[in-house]
Amino acid sequence: MTMIFGIPLQAFLGQLLIGLINGSFYALLSLGLAVIFGLLRVINFAHGVQYMLGAFAAMLMLQYFSINYWFALILAPLVVGLFGAVVERFLLSRLYKLDHLYGLLFTFGLALTLEGTFRYFYGSSGQPYAVPPQLAGGTNLGFMFLPIYRGWVVVISLAACIGTWLLIEKTKLGSYLRAATENPVLVQAFGVNVPMLLTLTYALGAGLAAFAGVLAAPIYQVSPLMGSNIIIVVFAVVVVGGMGSIMGAILTGYMLGIAEGLTKVFYPEASNIVIFVIMAIVLLLRPAGLFGRDA
Amino acid sequence: MTEVLHTTSKLPAERSATASRTYAAFLLVGLVLLIVAPLFFYPIFLMKLLCFALFACAFNLLLGYTGLLSFGHATFFGGAAYFTAHAVKEWGLSPELGVLLGVVGAAVLGLIMGFFAIRRQGIYFAMITLALSQMFFFFCLQAEFTQGEDGIQSVPRGYLFGLIDLSQSTNMYYFVLAVFLIGMVVIWRFINSPFGMILKSIRENEQRAVSLGYSVARYKLGAFVMSAALAGLAGGVKSLVFQFATLTDVAWQMSGEVILMTLLGGIGTLIGPIFGAGLVVTLQNYLATSQFPVTIVTGVVFMVCVLLFRRGLIGEFYASRLGRKLGFEHRR
Repeated sequence: MTMIFGIPLQAFLGQLLIGLINGSFYALLSLGLAVIFGLLRVINFAHGVQYMLGAFAAMLMLQYFSINYWFALILAPLVVGLFGAVVERFLLSRLYKLDHLYGLLFTFGLALTLEGTFRYFYGSSGQPYAVPPQLAGGTNLGFMFLPIYRGWVVVISLAACIGTWLLIEKTKLGSYLRAATENPVLVQAFGVNVPMLLTLTYALGAGLAAFAGVLAAPIYQVSPLMGSNIIIVVFAVVVVGGMGSIMGAILTGYMLGIAEGLTKVFYPEASNIVIFVIMAIVLLLRPAGLFGRDA
Repeated sequence: MTEVLHTTSKLPAERSATASRTYAAFLLVGLVLLIVAPLFFYPIFLMKLLCFALFACAFNLLLGYTGLLSFGHATFFGGAAYFTAHAVKEWGLSPELGVLLGVVGAAVLGLIMGFFAIRRQGIYFAMITLALSQMFFFFCLQAEFTQGEDGIQSVPRGYLFGLIDLSQSTNMYYFVLAVFLIGMVVIWRFINSPFGMILKSIRENEQRAVSLGYSVARYKLGAFVMSAALAGLAGGVKSLVFQFATLTDVAWQMSGEVILMTLLGGIGTLIGPIFGAGLVVTLQNYLATSQFPVTIVTGVVFMVCVLLFRRGLIGEFYASRLGRKLGFEHRR
């Protein structure tokens, strides 16, 4: 068997793949957080719950309406995005004039409420969601066995990240969004409906989280707790990357996912804290974050 | 600059004579109530309430008087609970030394976490403290001395100073009450000291404090360590009251709970968090017997507080007509 650094190549590549998949979720989620924070100046604590809602939406759609994975991949983000838009419009928008911490506290309360509600109805244990038949099975790459679904997740989440980046950097809507990030009052004076832009942005962020949730459903179990487990790690990712740049959020997500995967190979005990350790080191060396503009 | 957090703290010199008299009267009534309380209520419940009240006041020292939102205070509360429990059970230390060890341990943890967290401000500060406390949670999950999922069970309460038997719940209650009062006096002294004044100036306008030549980072770190140590005091005593220390105390939900207590009672009021803690603990006790999950209620209360009720109970009282008549004034 081929060995690399004293580790079987298969184990090494297997963990690398898991790292890449976790990284995909970190990237999608921290991207959404960064987009929301950029314009709304709110740290969306409910982001993890929105991810969980996406997974649940997919599962419930299948159970009650027999909507398959592919439609769920489109519908679940729309539903959760709509929910996000309602929350922003009627509740969150009242807090913009206050200290940013209130936005964090409000979304924290929202997260607790939703998580508690789902726990009440579905319990804490996870429920399975089948891999869609088109992506079932795996393929032998010669040096390792690749489950097709996992390969799909890496590809599609990368596509979603790049798509969002293009939307923000290259389109007209994106240019409004970036302008409103710099100076909302001036943009509004030019006749752009900034409150609507804020609502759309929050919906976009929530939708992205739900998209990640649907992708995650067949890999992890669909559980009410899946959101809060991941959100704290994503916060650390955001601290490392700094929320100044979209691309920075994406890159940091993948980097830290891979770092976590590799730690599982070399020093498994530390795998669930390695991201926090990296965060501490980055804080020491570059307090503003790797890609950060604002401290 | 955005609007700072609602607070009601004032310089002592500004406080009117009426307010001082009202304060003294309330203080006296409160003390008497606390002394006779075990005649009417279940002592364990009261002790739990006092521990959480002290924890919330310690937390408020940071949020209300320095303007720093820590999302990682469970680390100090739960960490101290583990240290005290371990010291008393495994090393056979007396309860007062065990609690002291918990306080020192929490202060050291506070020094480490604060050292990293004060490098960033506002929202980042909250996220860093949350991430670091999650790291501590994983440490406690894996470390040997915490005994993992089981936690440290059946911790002996022992004899205070080798004399007073704390397994008697009345004795234990007055010990907890004494610790609580000492903690409150320390907090009161701290926020009214020159150090506390500088903290308030940092909360109001950090740039100006820097321009006046204060080393803001050191003051923030000082406040962080102080808050951590007092949270540790509460946690250490709590592990003696319940005679166990578990992962629940270090989990992020605990950090959320203490934020809620402070918000509900009134950020930046000396006594607000006590009432906030009282409400939350009572609510939890009440809901514990029903099927309804606590998190839903907690979450809804959180949202309502943030949207409609940012001054909290005591803050609203100070701002009300009655409160103003009694000489309190609410600063927006």
